Amino acid sequence: MFASLDFSIVLQAIPAILQGLLYSLELTVVAMVGGVILGTLLALCRLSSNAYLGFAAKVYVDLMRSIPLLMMILWFFLLVPLMTGVRMGPENSALITFTLFQAAFYSEIMRAGIQSIAKGQINAGFALGMTYSQTMANVILPQAFRNMLPVLLTQTFVLFQDTSLVYAVGARDLLWAAKTVGINNGRTVEMYIFVSLIYFVICFSLSMLVKYMNKRIAIIR
Amino acid sequence: MNNYHWNWGIFFQTIQNGDVTYLTWIIQALGWTIAISLLAWVIALALGSLFGTLRTVPHRGLALLGHAWVEFFRNVPILMQLFIWYFVVPEMLPHDLSVWVKQMDPQISGFIFSVIALGLFTSARVAEQVRAGIQSLSRGQRAAGLAIGFTTFQTYRYVLLPMAFRIIIPPLTSEFMNAFKNSGVAYSVGVWELVFVSNQMVEETGGQVIESLIVPTILYIICSYTANRVMYFIEKRSRVPGLIVAK
Amino acid sequence: MKKHHLLLALVAGLVVQTANAQALDGTLKKIKDSNSITLGIRESSFPLSYLDASQKPIGYHIDICNAIVDAVKAKLALPKLEVKTQAVTSQNRIPLVVNGTVDLECGSTTNNLDRQKQVAFAPTTYITQVRIAVKKASGIKTLEQLHGKPIVTSTGTTSVQLIRANEKGKNLDFKEVYGKDHADSFLMLEQDRAAAFVLDDNLLMGEIANSKAPQDYELVGEPLSTEPIAIMLRKDDPQFKGLVTATINSMAKNGTLTKLYNKWFESPIPPKNLKLNLPLSAALKDAFANPNDKPAESYKK
Repeated sequence: MFASLDFSIVLQAIPAILQGLLYSLELTVVAMVGGVILGTLLALCRLSSNAYLGFAAKVYVDLMRSIPLLMMILWFFLLVPLMTGVRMGPENSALITFTLFQAAFYSEIMRAGIQSIAKGQINAGFALGMTYSQTMANVILPQAFRNMLPVLLTQTFVLFQDTSLVYAVGARDLLWAAKTVGINNGRTVEMYIFVSLIYFVICFSLSMLVKYMNKRIAIIR
Repeated sequence: MNNYHWNWGIFFQTIQNGDVTYLTWIIQALGWTIAISLLAWVIALALGSLFGTLRTVPHRGLALLGHAWVEFFRNVPILMQLFIWYFVVPEMLPHDLSVWVKQMDPQISGFIFSVIALGLFTSARVAEQVRAGIQSLSRGQRAAGLAIGFTTFQTYRYVLLPMAFRIIIPPLTSEFMNAFKNSGVAYSVGVWELVFVSNQMVEETGGQVIESLIVPTILYIICSYTANRVMYFIEKRSRVPGLIVAK
Repeated sequence: MKKHHLLLALVAGLVVQTANAQALDGTLKKIKDSNSITLGIRESSFPLSYLDASQKPIGYHIDICNAIVDAVKAKLALPKLEVKTQAVTSQNRIPLVVNGTVDLECGSTTNNLDRQKQVAFAPTTYITQVRIAVKKASGIKTLEQLHGKPIVTSTGTTSVQLIRANEKGKNLDFKEVYGKDHADSFLMLEQDRAAAFVLDDNLLMGEIANSKAPQDYELVGEPLSTEPIAIMLRKDDPQFKGLVTATINSMAKNGTLTKLYNKWFESPIPPKNLKLNLPLSAALKDAFANPNDKPAESYKK
C-alpha cells in the first residue's frame, strides 16, 4: 500500500490548500481577538460585586465548556436561522460560533490572570484616585495580559486545531480543501497526511514561541 | 420555527427494520461514549504523568523524549490523528499483523483505535500540566529530598509528585472534560457513539434534526459536568494546606 | 400514498392563499425581495452534484437547477438574479431547506414519506438502485456470499438500515463498518477492511471512477432497493412548486432530461474524463414519460 502512495497530488493541491489555510487562519485570528475581548468582559463580570452578573457569566462559561464544539457548530448553523430568520453561510456562522465558544475559555484564563495580581495593586490604584474601571484598564489588565500571554497562546493553538471541525457544516477550511482534492483523485490518504503535516508545522512553531515567551516572562517575575 | 415538524415521540418509536427504539440507541451510544472517554482518560493519565515527569528529570535524553512525546501528539488535530491510526498505521505493519488488525470485528477495532488515538492525544496535554505542576514547586523541595538521602526516583515518588498532582487537579479537570467532548471523533471510524447515532437518527427519521441533536447535546453536558464535579470533589479532599487556593 | 394526498389537500385547504395568482408569496416572493436564490449543493454526489477541479459545483442536478433558475428569472423578470450556492450534507440538507438558508436543494435526496413531513419534492429526475460494490478478485457475486463478512457503508445514509433489513429478512449476519463519508468508506473497501461497499449505484460508480484502479471493482448482485431521487424544496409553497414542476415536466417532455442524462451518466465527465456507464433504466424512462413525485414507498415490490 505504501508503495502506491503518490504525493505528486500534493503539488496540484497547493493553491486550493492555501486558500483553505487562509480561511482557517482567519477563523483563528477573528475568534482569538473577539474571544479575548468578550472573555475579558466575562471575567470582569464574574469578578464584579454584582451577584446576578457574576452568576450569568458563570452559567455561560460552564455551559460553553460542557458542550462539544462540534455540537455547537451544528446547533448554531442550523438553529439560529430557524429562530431568527437571519441566514448566513457556514463560514460566517463558524466565525460567530468560535468567538462565542472561545470567549468562555479565554474568560477562565483571564480570571486566573486577574486573580494572580496582588490585591495591593487595586488598592494602589484607588489610592491614586482612579475609578474601578480606570484601575482595571490601566493597572490590572495590562499585567494580567502579560502574565497570561503564554496560556492564551496555548489556548489559541488548541483553537487552531479545532477549526478542522468546521468541515461538519461545509465551511471551506484547510481540511475541506485537502479532502476535496483527495476525493476527486482517489488520494485521501496522501492528503490527510499532508494536512496533518501542515497542522503540525504551524502548531509546533506556535508552541516554540510560547516556550520562548515563558522564558522571557519568567525574568519579569 | 413555524415550518418545522416537531415529533418528540420519535424516541419511543422503533427504528426502521429493527427491534429497538431510538431511545435504546441513544442509551447504548452513551455507553460507548463513556467507555471511550474513561479508557482514553486512563491511558492519558498514565502516559501523561510518565512523559510529563520525564520532561523535568535531570537527564537530557529523557527530558528530550518527554518533550518529543508532547509535541508529537498535541500538534495535530485529533480527527487527523485518528485517521492516521486507523487508515495509515495498519498499512505499515508486517503483512500478517496488518491482515489480523484489519479483520478484527469492526466495532471493536473502531473502539480500540479511538481509545488509542484519544488517549495519546490527551496524554500530551496531561503531560504539559504535570510538567507545569512539578516546575511550580519550589526548588527547595527537590533539594530537601536529595539532602535526606533519597534517590532521584524516591524524591519524585515521595516528595515532588504527591505535591504536583494536588496542585494540578483544576487543569486536569478541564482535560478530563475534554476527553468526553473529544470522544465524538470516534464516529469517524464507525463507533456507534453519540455523534454517530445523532447523525443516523437525522437520516432515518426523515430529518427530525432538532430532536436528534438536543438529546445527545444534553447528555454531553451531563457527562462533562459530572466529570467536573467528581474532580472538584477530589480537589477539595486533596488541597495542599497553606497554599492560596486553600481557602 | 393516498393518505398523503389527503394530507396535502387538507393543508392546501387550510392555507387559502392561492386565490390571487398575481400576488407573489413564499419562496418566489423571497427571491424577488432579495434578488437572490440559494441552491443547496452536494460536494461529492457523483454525477448529480459535485465539485470540479476548480471547486465549482457541476452535475446533472446542477444543470436542471440552472434551468429552473432561468425559469424563475423569466417569471419574475429578474435577468440579474444573483445565484448563490450553499454546500449541504446529508445531515443538514433538510433543516437548511426548512430554515430558509437553501431555496432549492440540488443534491441527491431520496423522496420518501418521512421526509415529506418536513419538505416537498420536485418530480423525480433520477432513480437510484442501492447496489453492492466488491473487488473483482474477491469472486463475490451475491449478497448471500457476504454472510459473516464485513460490509461498509457511509454513516447517515439509508443504506445503513437497508443492510439491517436484509439481515433480518434473509437471516444473514454481516459485520457492518461505517465510513464518515463515501471516500472513507471506499478506502475501507480498497484496504480490504470490508468485503463490500453498499450504496446508491451512481455514488458507487463515481467512487470507482475516481479511484486508483477503477478496473479492479464491480457492482454485483440484486439491487437492495430502488429509490426516486429528486430536487427538494420547501413545503406548502404552491407557487414555487408549480413553477419547478412545470419546468421539469417540460424538460422531460421535450427530451432535455434524456440529453442531460446522457451527458452525465453515459459520456466522459470531469474530473478524470471517465464514463460512469449507467444506462437509462426502464423505471427512469417511465418517470420521464410520466413525470411524478411518487415517494420511495411506492417503488417497493
